[in-house]
Amino acid sequence: MTLAVDVRGLNKSFGDKHVVQDVAIQVGTGRITGFLGPNGSGKTTTLRMLCGLLTPDSGEGEVLGLDFRKEAERIKRQTGYMTQKFSLYEDLSIEENLTFVARVYGLDDRRRRVREALERLGLDNRRRQLAGSLSGGWKQRLALAASILHEPRLLLLDEPTAGVDPKARREFWDEIHALSAEGLTVLVSTHYMDEAERCHDIAYIAYGRLMARGTGEEVIARSGLVTFRGEGPGADRLARELAGKPGVEMAAAFGAALHVSGTDRAALEAAIAPWRKPPFRWSEAAPTLEDVFIHLMGQSKDNFE
Amino acid sequence: MSATRILAVLVKEFTQLTRDRLTYALILLMPIVQLLLFGYAINSDPHHLPTAVLVQDHGIFARSTLGTIVRSGYFDITETARTPEELDRAIALGRVQFAITIPADFSRRVVRGDKAQILVEADAADPSATGSAIAALAALPQEALKHDLTGAVAPRTPAPPPFEVVVHRRYNPEAISAYNIVPGLLGIILSMTLVMMTSLGVTREYERGTMESLLATPVRPLEVMIGKLAPYVLVGLIQTVVILVMARVLFDVPLAGGWAPLSAGILLFIFGSLALGFLVSTLARSQLQAMQMSFFYMLPSILLSGFMFPFRGMPDWAQWLGTVIPVTHFLRVVRGALLKGLGFADLWPSLAALAVFVLVVVSLAMARYRTTLD
Repeated sequence: MTLAVDVRGLNKSFGDKHVVQDVAIQVGTGRITGFLGPNGSGKTTTLRMLCGLLTPDSGEGEVLGLDFRKEAERIKRQTGYMTQKFSLYEDLSIEENLTFVARVYGLDDRRRRVREALERLGLDNRRRQLAGSLSGGWKQRLALAASILHEPRLLLLDEPTAGVDPKARREFWDEIHALSAEGLTVLVSTHYMDEAERCHDIAYIAYGRLMARGTGEEVIARSGLVTFRGEGPGADRLARELAGKPGVEMAAAFGAALHVSGTDRAALEAAIAPWRKPPFRWSEAAPTLEDVFIHLMGQSKDNFE
Repeated sequence: MSATRILAVLVKEFTQLTRDRLTYALILLMPIVQLLLFGYAINSDPHHLPTAVLVQDHGIFARSTLGTIVRSGYFDITETARTPEELDRAIALGRVQFAITIPADFSRRVVRGDKAQILVEADAADPSATGSAIAALAALPQEALKHDLTGAVAPRTPAPPPFEVVVHRRYNPEAISAYNIVPGLLGIILSMTLVMMTSLGVTREYERGTMESLLATPVRPLEVMIGKLAPYVLVGLIQTVVILVMARVLFDVPLAGGWAPLSAGILLFIFGSLALGFLVSTLARSQLQAMQMSFFYMLPSILLSGFMFPFRGMPDWAQWLGTVIPVTHFLRVVRGALLKGLGFADLWPSLAALAVFVLVVVSLAMARYRTTLD
């Protein structure tokens, strides 16, 4: 697998806050890599360093085969970046925004590209609407259209679906997959587990450090996490009693059911033993990505706080 | 009305006040700086105005007369001309405010009581700069030769004055303030609109978050600057035409010519003001701060440039400060061209100063403009 992004030892501090510590990111060419982690874990900072918006304190490696510290300008030309907060001009229309972007990148055949982008994203009949008057979902489509207008080889998306309804989110991801199928490499930061599951690869970052990397299955398998699922009347209310017991790293209600997870199988079984009788039914479940992430979050907290 | 609710809003406002320290530091600092600055700098009754003399009579009466002129405190003799042409040039170029000619037959006529005259030419483009000095000249003939005219030449008292002071107010013979103010307003109006409007440019991109997208594109700082400022060049030119037409039609300001240096001066001044606005907008962190900073620039432009108060009336340090302000040089170009009809040969120092200002400010703005979000 060739790597579109391969950087190591990435560090960035703001004042005395070490926001990104020694992070290594690898993104396979043509793949969709999900970039996960809790709020304030350094995802946005990492993405901004990759596209040249922030200067890293240290770090080395290549983005699109170019030295990412020395050739930021050339990388910029081949990278699309969609910001977390809508950052196009609200007082320009959709079409005017796209035309502006096309001009800034010095694209040839500007009218055709803008028209195609409008059609592709279904924005054609709203082309004259001011960007500021669009709903969250349409703004997001516009931002995506703008970030891929110059046909980048790498697309960086910073929590692109925050505040967007499920249908728009679904359509957005279909579009991302379609772009990926055409060969575009995508690095997307997100909080949503269903979105993480739609990624080819996952990188999990917490407190500025990379905690896990690989496909979803690999990340789950490597976590060594064991999960039991408890069902029965009031099972969900056991969470509070089980939390904090030795061996229970996580106990959370999922609807009426309860998930308890831990890395030490024996201790975990001992912890749930008192309730392992009717009316409760227990079964071993495959840990979900969410289980793994919450587990990783707890772990990183222990290590770094 | 609820006191608790008022208190809630009040406490919140104070908390927010303390968060935005720079803005409020400026609010507190501005009056102090301005009071000290302008309180000491502004003087509407300027003394020690530079004066050139052409003395064609070397008699004792001429010397006494000059001595009295200097003792009045309004005139400092900075140049001695040898020919009328030299004298004329000194005043035309604005090196001196006054040019005094004592004709060759001065002493002879005084002795004979035959309408002796001295000629005082004033650069009256700015009537307020010359007004009190000219008024002081009225007492001159009675005073000047009091001690010299004794014995045989002593006048009978009460006597007609031994000589007459002829005053020529050049460039603005009727001392009409509008002739001076209206061209000056061109500079003030241009800087007010151009600096203020562009000072919001980059700050607004940061405030609205659009800077992040813009910086992710390959666009370069100078490209952003030129693109952002170009529309305002047009705005500035339109304003200029409107003001000049109105100056002519409504205020009858003599447009003496000097169109070429005037156009160059206007363009340089527009560029300089826009670049300054751009620089401000790279410094300010909010649009409010940008407005404050432009305002901070406007006041000295109005008060220390010679627009409102005579430039020569200010103490040296304030004149030096005024020299840094582009409006000062712009006013010299505009008044020189419109009222005196001067050309490039005479106005180049002011034009050069404007050009230097443009270069310096553009360089500073480019150095300040960040291509990353660091």
